[in-house]
Amino acid sequence: MASHIDELVDFDVALEKYDPALGFEVHVELNTKTKMFSSAPNAFGDTPNTNVTPVCLGLPGVLPVVNKTAVEYAIMIGLALNCKIAERCGFARKNYFYPDTPKNFQTSQYDDPIAYDGWLDIELEDGEVFRVEIERAHMEEDAGKLTHMGGSTGRIQGADYSLVDYNRSGVPLVEIVTKTIQGAGKRAPELAKAYVAAIREIVKALDVSDAKMERGNVRCDANVSLMLKGAEKLGTRTETKNVNSLRAVEHAVRFEIERHAAVLNSGAAIVQETRHWHEDTRSTTSGRPKSDADDYRYFPEPDLVPVVTTPEWIEELRARLPEPPAERRKRLQADWGYSDAEFRDVVNAGVTEAIEETIAAGTTAAVARKWWMGEIARLAKNADVEILELGVTPATIVELNSLIESKKVNDKIARQVLEFVVAGEGTPSEIVEKRSLAIVNDDSALGAAIDAAMEAMPDVVAKVKAGKLQAIGALMGPVMKATRGQADAGRVRELVLEKLGIEG
Amino acid sequence: MNELIHLSATELAAKLRSGEVTSVAAVQAHLDRIAEVDGGERGIHAFLYVNTEEALAVAAEVDAIRAAGGAAAEALHPLAGVPIAIKDLIVTKGQPTTAASKMLEGWMSPYDATVITKIRAAKLPMLGKTNLDEFAMGSSTEHSAYGPTRNPWDLDRIPGGSGGGSAAAVAAYEAPLALGTDTGGSIRQPGAVTGTVGVKPTYGGVSRYGAIAMASSLDQIGPVARTVLDSAYLHELIGGHDAADSTSLDEPVPALIASAEAGARGDMTGVRVGVIKELQGEGYQAGVQARFDESLDALRGAGAEIVEVSCPNFKYALGAYYLIMPSEVSSNLAKFDGVRFGTRVLPESGPLTIERVMAATRAAGFGEEVKRRIILGTYALSAGYYDAYYGSAQKVRTLIQRDFDAAFELADVLISPTSPTVAFKLGSKTDDPLAMYLNDVATIPANMAGIPGITVPGGLSEGLPVGIQFLAPAREDARLYRAGAALEKLLEDKWGGRLLDQAPELSVATTGGVA
Amino acid sequence: MSAISREDVAHLAQLAHIEMSDAELDKMTGELGVIVESIASVSEAASIDIPATSHPIPLTNVFREDVVGPTLSAKEALMNAPDSVDTRFKVPAILDGE
Repeated sequence: MASHIDELVDFDVALEKYDPALGFEVHVELNTKTKMFSSAPNAFGDTPNTNVTPVCLGLPGVLPVVNKTAVEYAIMIGLALNCKIAERCGFARKNYFYPDTPKNFQTSQYDDPIAYDGWLDIELEDGEVFRVEIERAHMEEDAGKLTHMGGSTGRIQGADYSLVDYNRSGVPLVEIVTKTIQGAGKRAPELAKAYVAAIREIVKALDVSDAKMERGNVRCDANVSLMLKGAEKLGTRTETKNVNSLRAVEHAVRFEIERHAAVLNSGAAIVQETRHWHEDTRSTTSGRPKSDADDYRYFPEPDLVPVVTTPEWIEELRARLPEPPAERRKRLQADWGYSDAEFRDVVNAGVTEAIEETIAAGTTAAVARKWWMGEIARLAKNADVEILELGVTPATIVELNSLIESKKVNDKIARQVLEFVVAGEGTPSEIVEKRSLAIVNDDSALGAAIDAAMEAMPDVVAKVKAGKLQAIGALMGPVMKATRGQADAGRVRELVLEKLGIEG
Repeated sequence: MNELIHLSATELAAKLRSGEVTSVAAVQAHLDRIAEVDGGERGIHAFLYVNTEEALAVAAEVDAIRAAGGAAAEALHPLAGVPIAIKDLIVTKGQPTTAASKMLEGWMSPYDATVITKIRAAKLPMLGKTNLDEFAMGSSTEHSAYGPTRNPWDLDRIPGGSGGGSAAAVAAYEAPLALGTDTGGSIRQPGAVTGTVGVKPTYGGVSRYGAIAMASSLDQIGPVARTVLDSAYLHELIGGHDAADSTSLDEPVPALIASAEAGARGDMTGVRVGVIKELQGEGYQAGVQARFDESLDALRGAGAEIVEVSCPNFKYALGAYYLIMPSEVSSNLAKFDGVRFGTRVLPESGPLTIERVMAATRAAGFGEEVKRRIILGTYALSAGYYDAYYGSAQKVRTLIQRDFDAAFELADVLISPTSPTVAFKLGSKTDDPLAMYLNDVATIPANMAGIPGITVPGGLSEGLPVGIQFLAPAREDARLYRAGAALEKLLEDKWGGRLLDQAPELSVATTGGVA
Repeated sequence: MSAISREDVAHLAQLAHIEMSDAELDKMTGELGVIVESIASVSEAASIDIPATSHPIPLTNVFREDVVGPTLSAKEALMNAPDSVDTRFKVPAILDGE
């Protein structure tokens, strides 16, 4: 097993001595209507084992048939990653036993992926562009879902038994594999996050995947190794699995760099192994070492025939590609009138689409940015999650904004309402109603509060009468207190002046 | 013996159409025959399951449609009401499917194989499921987990395999028609040693959807019958494109019935018949060789041009087959693990983990021959051996195809003995896997190349049937029916009847029992 | 081509998830040895320039349109399950995760 290291080496210290090398295998679940090799619906979250055919269960006698749309989506992903598209490629069986894999082999591609030799330019937070070389993108099928029961942790270790749902079995996947990435240095964690974000952005723009990491539509395995600065040979790598958010990708790479450095500094060797990422502890633990069990005995899938692409077909698919994300970003920035810094912050926060949708739903660019980069970002930070993980929708922002514009709530209340939305209390209007948060501009209710305040502060009233209108502010405190902050300040001022017979 | 069971499928179909006989009577006659000869200590044991109720219900439905007349009766398939037996490797709703393995004991398929859907649509009553070597791995049906099938010609001998059950059922008049599967000869070799007709169609000619896969790139479902014409009718019924099988040919089924009818005139004028030099001589029994030579004489006499062709790479075919087949087997049979269906066996001791349950399940559920092939295939595919074994075998496959291409330049059909020997004694080869494998030496090349083959009765040697095999280029199955029907006609004229007429009467008294 | 050893067979049995007793391993080693020897000639025949044939009939681009078809009911899906809980298959503990 892996040598156990309790102490990590500080990241900056580690990178004074070592150069990191990275590699990523990103699995993208396609959003086709049906599965890769069967006409079962490709749907998430239904009653277990209802979106299955005999093919999905690997029953005796079944045969696979390739989903043409899945092949086209794979080609589109390949084109968007600047890959070459294979003129001819086939499927292969990857043989291994696991209860979530109904045939005990995965139908995948082996030595002839549908797309290969591509690249992707990754823009880092400060605008620097880093080119990641893509080795291949190939088609395969997803496994079923295992739930580990019993034991204390809900994890596989210590579980008494497991339950299997094959609804996900056979969902089309495209696995995108990078070449070894060197030269990122201290920016390795940042690059890791930016790379996965870019893949997610591309497959979403292509509309070939729902691209929700929290739902496992995009999953990342991150390979990390360290080599002494100046060394020529790459170090031994570990593969961290289950890294399923952008922040986790960044943290996992950082953690592994720190851990590798500690192991290497102690004089021990890195064990080539799979490691599991744990979001709760922000650390990885040893999975299993690479072993003979990894003898997958690939061979050509005899039940499926090769895919042959023609230039016409590829060009037809190329014509379906949307605007490349980088160009799109340029266009959006111009349309929205954001500064370079503002726009970069938006992109880095991963809320470009959210802002775009919010604007489309009826707010100005400035209002959309104010909410997404302001209050929502603040709430996400406090909760230590990604902004989008809060679950705030563009519709919520539009609704909040219209509540402000119609003076039903003020800015401060609107921010409170948002917190209640995040807490799951309902839509903004429902919350305002339920919690009686609407601004009090009912003159009789306000009038009573103002009368009370004026009575309690005769000196202030005198000052106002004498023409020092700014003294009205002193009345505001008690009025707000009496109305639990929901008084419309403008209306209070008007009413005070009215009561004193002063022209405003 | 009830006369109905002696009719060929097409003869029976004609009587059903004319109203002379009802399907219920025909089905009942076969069920009675099964009850008489299939069970007991010395029974044929062709059937693993007898589908009495459903078969009679379908028969009654056909009879009712016929009785009502009109368009519905007109629209009935020519074989409607003719009973059929199904090799128990083909999945059926409502009847258990075991693949003759303990692994699938009691398994009920929730879906029908495509060929079964076609048989249901054509309303052929299914008599039941027939015995085979476990997962179709064997040449004698002795590797069935449910006991061997006996050869109706000699109850101490094997009926061939893997489809010994289907061949014996047809030879013993328990069914006029049956379905088989042929991966390396599993339709043709049993046909040869039981004196019946069997056809392995062109790869892709019949959908494999629902045939439990043994070796996917070699498997084909095909007809088993007593006459070439019956085979043609069944072949046309089950053939054709199926969108559920990616390797299915998207082409019309060739005119097989017409070819069989043409061949039955016994005229081979202008047909070039190629004798494969490598598939005769050494290793072939003298009696087999003699019947083969007589068949050539008969064909020559009917106007055929007999030419010799050489297929030098056939000497590697058996070896390549025993690499490709087990490799695919090792992967195809991985799904039998006790997780989703089938038997689950717990380890006798030690921790109860899924890995150990899988290993215990597969240890208990699979028989020796299946294990042998899984291990051999795992070896052939494993890291470091792939190129030398599986990779080389695929190259040999190319060489075999080239040999066939060259041979079919010189001949319209090729001919050979179907099996090098007549049926051997039960138990005589079970301890010698290699000797068992040699039974398929003449049938394997067709599977390797994907081309069609037929076996027709060629006479007797030592009182046991000898089969003659014709091979044709891919998609030219019709040529098999032309040549097969011609040879059948020429030999039957010589014998004064069918070869099966010479089979010993099965003694109901000694077999007895109920299936 | 190297001869197949008992250790090889034990390893293959592990890869294939088939439990084997010592006696079975011995017997299997002997039988496989004979078989492997008899098929050794295959690699002699296969020279480098010969293309491999994986499918007997060369077809390409056999696809299915992306249209949902019928599915099994949970009852049908589970009808042969050795063990299940509600509509999920139940399996013993898994030793090692991936």
